[in-house]
Amino acid sequence: MPKVMELKQDPEMFQILDENGNIVDGQQAPDLSDDELKDLYRWMLRIRTFDGRAIKLNRQGRLGFYAPMAGQEACQIASMAALEKSDWLFPSYRDIGTALYHGISMEMAFLYSRGMKDGMKVPEDVNMFPPQIIIAGHVPHAAGAGWAFRLREEEHVAIAFFGDGATSEGDFHEGLNFAGVYDANSIFFCQNNQYAISVPLSKQTRSETIAQKAVAYGIHGIQVDGNDALAVYQATKEAADRARKGEGPTLIEGVTYRFGPHTMAGDDPGRYRTKEEEEDWASRKDPLKRFRKYLESKNLWSDQEEEKVQEELLEEMNNAIKKVEKMPKGSVEDLIDDLYTETPEILKKQKEEYLSWKEGK
Amino acid sequence: MATMTLIKAINDAMRVEMERDENVIVLGEDVGVNGGVFRATADLYQTFGEKRSFDTPLAESGIIGASIGLASQGFRPVPEIQFAGFVYECMDQISTQAARLRMRSGGRFNVPITIRIPYGGGVKTPEMHSDSLEALFLHSPGVKVVVPSNPHDAKGLLISAIRDDDPVIFYEPMKLYRSVKADVSEEAFTVPLGKANVVKEGSDVTLIAYGAMVPLAEKAAQQAEKERGVKAEVIDLRTISPLDLETIIRSVEKTNRAVVIHEAAQTGGVGAELVARINEEAILSLEAPVVRVTGFDTPYPLTAIEDEWLPTVDRVCAGIYKTLDF
Repeated sequence: MPKVMELKQDPEMFQILDENGNIVDGQQAPDLSDDELKDLYRWMLRIRTFDGRAIKLNRQGRLGFYAPMAGQEACQIASMAALEKSDWLFPSYRDIGTALYHGISMEMAFLYSRGMKDGMKVPEDVNMFPPQIIIAGHVPHAAGAGWAFRLREEEHVAIAFFGDGATSEGDFHEGLNFAGVYDANSIFFCQNNQYAISVPLSKQTRSETIAQKAVAYGIHGIQVDGNDALAVYQATKEAADRARKGEGPTLIEGVTYRFGPHTMAGDDPGRYRTKEEEEDWASRKDPLKRFRKYLESKNLWSDQEEEKVQEELLEEMNNAIKKVEKMPKGSVEDLIDDLYTETPEILKKQKEEYLSWKEGK
Repeated sequence: MATMTLIKAINDAMRVEMERDENVIVLGEDVGVNGGVFRATADLYQTFGEKRSFDTPLAESGIIGASIGLASQGFRPVPEIQFAGFVYECMDQISTQAARLRMRSGGRFNVPITIRIPYGGGVKTPEMHSDSLEALFLHSPGVKVVVPSNPHDAKGLLISAIRDDDPVIFYEPMKLYRSVKADVSEEAFTVPLGKANVVKEGSDVTLIAYGAMVPLAEKAAQQAEKERGVKAEVIDLRTISPLDLETIIRSVEKTNRAVVIHEAAQTGGVGAELVARINEEAILSLEAPVVRVTGFDTPYPLTAIEDEWLPTVDRVCAGIYKTLDF
């Protein structure tokens, strides 16, 4: 009898904090100081608060394209907290939390949402590509950047963020395969939030887990509780340590849930998710509630601190949106000027024609 | 000076650039140890080692996507797509990712990659290898498209492409790889991108071609002179995007007639763009509609009929006479 491989893996989701914020038996908290723990929570709270207000600003017409990220704060913040400022980030459009943590300004996030000039002009001191729209299109970029670090024997890491739907794309396969072949200093962070717009994971793949796909590429893979900030931190930290030492890339699957709609452009999750399911995630598995319980058990957090962070963040947002609303929206000329290092004659002519039309108007 | 085939000139361009700049690397399917299926990257692996010349997994999108990531860290990758027909596999990485990154990032990121692609017919490949898909990239803002027609230009244009800070698609006419030879300097030299070349002066009609159609146009010019005393001017575009309108328009204003020749399908091709530009810039100089001699609006055929499908000297001459007899 020919022996075929077992189809079923025994999924073992890495968890440090249980749903009540207690350390799971046999696990230990990562080596983080009290201040670092507080900072981690503070950032998650900032992102949660940002998300709520951004949704309101969108409804008021003051923001444009916006993909809510509430529910995914542990995945986005605890992972980035485990990396260095010198590491390279390749986010997709829902990963504004990772980008804010890595150093872009709130103004830039708003400019991006409003489709204005400089919304994707990443500052020189932030190592990040503009957010990716094409699903998994940036996975090979992170493989290439991680490969570059390996070739030069640099200790940087490239990390790409994407969702469960992205794992069906060809570029996911090609990117992970390249990274594996070249031992790239890359981390591929899949935020498995259970749905690609409306399509559930069960219709996306027959694999028991996304993490197990790593096995086929001969790279490290781990499934973590994506709503457990400490587990996400630890898994990312270890992946980065391995990559820096030249021990190859890691696929991290963070099991999480998007509380809001896919985007603010008319998606109604009620058409494809049950209320019970949404409530279960929001009550039992909220990444902020769990982490706050842990901090409270160590007497590290209070209601006053919670309110202070929220107030400061909302104030920051108010100032930023007001500032952005007065900024130039950009022009066709900018677009033409930025496309090539040296603008070709035909395009120069189009610019002149456009400018003279605009002047004569 | 050394006598070089077109493929040797391409190889030599990569050699001199890899010597000059340690950030220049070559990668692709069979590109490393084997030196490429056409031997374009022959000896580069042996000369520059496994950290400059790479055999990649067989995945076009991965090749271009990884090149973009490498470029973000200061490398100047020269990826090869093994045959033009495979380019659809990496259309997103070329036209959406590489082409737009500079504009999207407000000038923060350049993508200095040169994508080498053997293209065109007449060499009896299996199906889906011999396409001429340059018009796809003429219609992709943010990339440049270059096509050499002889060994000297191949080397000089490829060096310019590698030094260019924007993505360049470098289409190499397979039919000319080993069928033409010329004296080419072994030193580094450049032929500028975006500049067409008048390869033969004439006064009666302008023939506009690129790649393997340039020697064909030259033969047609000779035949038309013999048959009907026609003095044809032949322009080698060298660069399809951006187009060198100045050279084209100056010529058409002199000859008042033009024939555009390409292997690619006719509708929506480079010829269509040239006709539109000539109409916009020089319609009052025209004595006859611009004629297109091209492949047909079908996919590239199987080999048995490829010589009938491709433009021939007789078909180009018929095109010339059509403009003259209008």
